[in-house]
Amino acid sequence: MSDPTETDGTAGAGEAAESAQPASGGPGERHVRVVLVDDHRMFRTGVQAEIGQTAQTGVEVVGEAADVDQAVTVITATRPEVVLLDVHLPGGGGVEVLRRCAPLMSDAEQPVRFLALSVSDAAEDVIGVIRGGARGYVTKTITGTDLVDSVFRVQEGDAVFSPRLAGFVLDAFASTDAPPVDEDMDRLTQREREVLRLIARGYAYKEIAKQLYISVKTVESHVSAVLRKLQLSNRHELTRWATARRLV
Amino acid sequence: MPEAATAPVAEPRPPRKLYRSGDGRWLGGVARGLAGHLGLPVIWVRFAFVGLFMADGLGALLYAAFWFFVPLGIGGVDAQRPPSLVTSETSPDGRRRLVARKPDKGQIVALLLMVVVALVFVGNVDLGGGAKAYLWPTVLVGAGVALVWRQADNARRARWAEVGRHRRTVTLLRSVAGVLLVTAGVTGIFVLQGSAAHLGSVLQAALAVLVGITLLAGPYLVRMTQDLSEERLMRIRAQERAEVAAHVHDSVLHTLTLIQRNAESPGEVRRLARAQERDLRAWLYKPEGNGKDEDDEPTTLAEAVKRNAAEVEDKHGVPIEVVVVGDCPLDEKISAQMQAGREAMVNAAKYGGEGGAVQVFAEVEGRTVFVSVRDRGPGFDLDSIPADRMGVRESIIGRMERNGGTARLRAVPDGGTEVELEMERAENTS
Repeated sequence: MSDPTETDGTAGAGEAAESAQPASGGPGERHVRVVLVDDHRMFRTGVQAEIGQTAQTGVEVVGEAADVDQAVTVITATRPEVVLLDVHLPGGGGVEVLRRCAPLMSDAEQPVRFLALSVSDAAEDVIGVIRGGARGYVTKTITGTDLVDSVFRVQEGDAVFSPRLAGFVLDAFASTDAPPVDEDMDRLTQREREVLRLIARGYAYKEIAKQLYISVKTVESHVSAVLRKLQLSNRHELTRWATARRLV
Repeated sequence: MPEAATAPVAEPRPPRKLYRSGDGRWLGGVARGLAGHLGLPVIWVRFAFVGLFMADGLGALLYAAFWFFVPLGIGGVDAQRPPSLVTSETSPDGRRRLVARKPDKGQIVALLLMVVVALVFVGNVDLGGGAKAYLWPTVLVGAGVALVWRQADNARRARWAEVGRHRRTVTLLRSVAGVLLVTAGVTGIFVLQGSAAHLGSVLQAALAVLVGITLLAGPYLVRMTQDLSEERLMRIRAQERAEVAAHVHDSVLHTLTLIQRNAESPGEVRRLARAQERDLRAWLYKPEGNGKDEDDEPTTLAEAVKRNAAEVEDKHGVPIEVVVVGDCPLDEKISAQMQAGREAMVNAAKYGGEGGAVQVFAEVEGRTVFVSVRDRGPGFDLDSIPADRMGVRESIIGRMERNGGTARLRAVPDGGTEVELEMERAENTS
């Protein structure tokens, strides 16, 4: 199982060379401390090379970890603002890291926020991490510039949805939507659904705002609301969704 | 074995090992197995056993010993008879599998004959006074044991041959019959030994001993069976993993070789890498069976969209990201939509591929199927296209409208083109 991901790590490193130009809009004042959690050293090196030039990107990688125990130790010790978290990890996976770092996430003064970064294509993996408290999910094919953007968005408290994650979420809520008796908390509003759909179609927040004649801030708040519902929606519903998917 | 039957002479014999014969056997397959091993006609071996049986039942003991210790195998080479119970045939997946057949009439006759011989023997033999009284119960026990043992053989064979479910009741019935026979025999012996009056206390004692043994050995037995089944499960998993690993390593090596050869052309390298990535994803993250048979025609929307995207991606070397929400079976209208969608993907890859990945989104919502194909290329204005260029008008818009759907092309605010296809599913499909 490790080889394919290793291959992907190489691909990520290759992309680094491609997108090594300074990230957009020379940040200067922006700064974020990041911990990388991934069991493939090559991939960590690749990401580090891509986003680690603090002078250009404003991202400072303050620690790395390769498994769950190490991750918890490093995160507790360094207290980063954002953790880039792989879904598949030895020792219980990303979900386990989230579970053990739950107190840090809800810390009022300086919360640690998690952004899932995965090569996995399985909806169960991804939804699991999001439900565990991650603030977003991006695939490992993401470019360096986009990754830096996502990290800052997460740092500011936004949710980051890749098109694929939006697809998974729509899927998850589509089947729970059938019986309208459920409490409102578990359902998506028409607007949230529209926003998710546009994300799944590959639109950026700015484009969505233009398309729906709303402000980017409103888009952000819709996305955050979806994330909250996903994290709070009751277990029973999502289990049913997961079983239904396997039956399809 | 068909090979042995068709070419018994030319076939070089494999090193011989004693097995009981699974096919064409009368009781345990011992005689046939021995005959095959010794190269003698089966009938001789059988007569030998019958003869030995007459010598104070020695044959029966020997037979039982062979039955107990010699494993059941396929074989017991016998040129006189073609195999009747089990034949091997090649299944579509190329694996050889054994097929069970119904026992023929000869076998039943033979069994009956065997019983008659036994009865005659029992009736005639004189073991002197008391001993003779035990014969009947002993025969009963023997028959019961034979029934259960053969049953065990069948259970083992059933693992090779795929035996239908209806046989399970027969299996159960036979086991129960065997147990009943043995119980009757044993009870008979007890009754003969003491007076019938003691039967109650004897049964009680026996029951007490049985319960005691169960209590002592039960946990071990349970754990043993659990360990065994767990081990089997692990083995199956390991096998599956090995299969995936073999496939993965093979195809990855293949791709890496191709990439080394094409190192100068980044487009080709990217195409190879994407194809390999897709292949690996299909193996690693899809539910079992999915995406492993490349040649099957897709039957659902999700499969069709992914297949189209993969093919266009391979052909044009532009990455296509696919997001599918929901799924439904393909019908005529949806198939037309898929073709229009494919056309849109080709256009996007050809004319808008420089701007980055093409994004494809398909959603099933109720009866409506929506597909959007979006690129980030220089953009596209339908009105500026000469009227004689029919690509978009005919194969996308025209096709959708002929099938009762709609197609919209529009420029996306920040550059690029988006094609939106909407279609209602046909009524009869559910």
